Amino acid sequence: MPSLGADMQEGTLIEWNVKPGDQIKRGDIIGVVRTEKADIEVEVYHGGVVDQLVAKVGETLPVGAVLAVIREEGEAAPKPALVPPVTRLRASPLARRAAQELGIDLAQAHGTNPHGEINEADVQRAAEALRKAPPEVPAAAEFRAGIRRAIALAMARSNREIPHYYLETKIDLSRALKFLEAQNQKRSVKDRLLHVILLIKAVAQALRDVPELNAYWVDDQLQQKEAVHIGFAISLREGGLVVPAILHAGRKNLDELMQALRDLITRARSGRLRSSEITDATVTITNLGDLGVETVHGVIYPPQVALIGFGRVIESPWTENGMLGIRPIVTATLAGDHRATDGHRGAQFLTALNQHLQEPEKL
Amino acid sequence: MSDAEIKNAVFKILRRIAPESKPDQINTDENLREALDIDSFDFLNLMIGLNEGLNIEIPEADYRKVGTLGELMRYLASRLK
Repeated sequence: MPSLGADMQEGTLIEWNVKPGDQIKRGDIIGVVRTEKADIEVEVYHGGVVDQLVAKVGETLPVGAVLAVIREEGEAAPKPALVPPVTRLRASPLARRAAQELGIDLAQAHGTNPHGEINEADVQRAAEALRKAPPEVPAAAEFRAGIRRAIALAMARSNREIPHYYLETKIDLSRALKFLEAQNQKRSVKDRLLHVILLIKAVAQALRDVPELNAYWVDDQLQQKEAVHIGFAISLREGGLVVPAILHAGRKNLDELMQALRDLITRARSGRLRSSEITDATVTITNLGDLGVETVHGVIYPPQVALIGFGRVIESPWTENGMLGIRPIVTATLAGDHRATDGHRGAQFLTALNQHLQEPEKL
Repeated sequence: MSDAEIKNAVFKILRRIAPESKPDQINTDENLREALDIDSFDFLNLMIGLNEGLNIEIPEADYRKVGTLGELMRYLASRLK
């Protein structure tokens, strides 16, 4: 049973797509697992022959339990099929187009084709149901409850296991926002950058300066991660949030980051995230700048060791070189795992973050 | 384009961005982002939708002029005349 992160404890096998003796290749979907958040299509990591289906359809199993055994070609001994899953709603191209035209989320449609695939008529029915505006549909309520349970598990574990320390600093965004304004004046509307893109890029660069914060804490040891996969907290319109990762954020330029964030938010809100995006984040950013909040003291998502929070950009009095002026100021916070790092390194990270935001042309 | 047509176009985009919302129930002097609980990403999508649907490009410098539904409607009407 694959894990989709700290919030998943078990899953229910709802479908096998293969049988013993079948030849399979890397990337084939061999079954579907239902979790609190979504139905997950399970892909195989290695090709071979299905030796044994261990789990039964309808069976609920803990994370780590063996679902199946596959045997590689020419290999005598069978080996467990440990698999990275992919979350995807099954829908026909016509259904996807209809959903886009009608402005509805595919997750709101109930698939009636074999294997639960959503067809155009399903989308039309969902749109009609939405037009009638029922106060609440049971599926939506259950979805929200599942999301809340998942968040509760992860956050309770974090508070139980991680001794958090918090640091905060105020950062003058004058240069960064002027740079952004100039950039956006050169762009069409659809290519405009949001200011959070600069914050994400600056975090990725600061993590290069203080790599201990881009890490996991596992078995009482710090495991530093080379790739920077930034988990970005995305609120869902149904309530709750998901924290998928912008993979390889450190290697992306500003346009690529904006494209990645756009893609991620769109898919997160329509329930079509991929497993690697859910499981691979090495650090998390939460940005509450769109609301009235000035400061965010976040809860670290285990096994990560740091979370960076940003509040609202506020026009504030600010002195520089003895001169008083009004500047756009953001409060950046760091929640650090004290088992992994101490306040000194945390302070170095926030200092580096500030420095990168003062040189936006280098972002 | 009449005011009613502009309103219909805006509401269509808002419903796509915030499917559970009822734009027709928003007061015209209410802050759009707060009333619909939309973030800066959604707001950018609104700007993109207006650009694609009405062929109007609202510069960032004008964002402060379109904070409420009433302001947005007046802004669009003036640009479409």
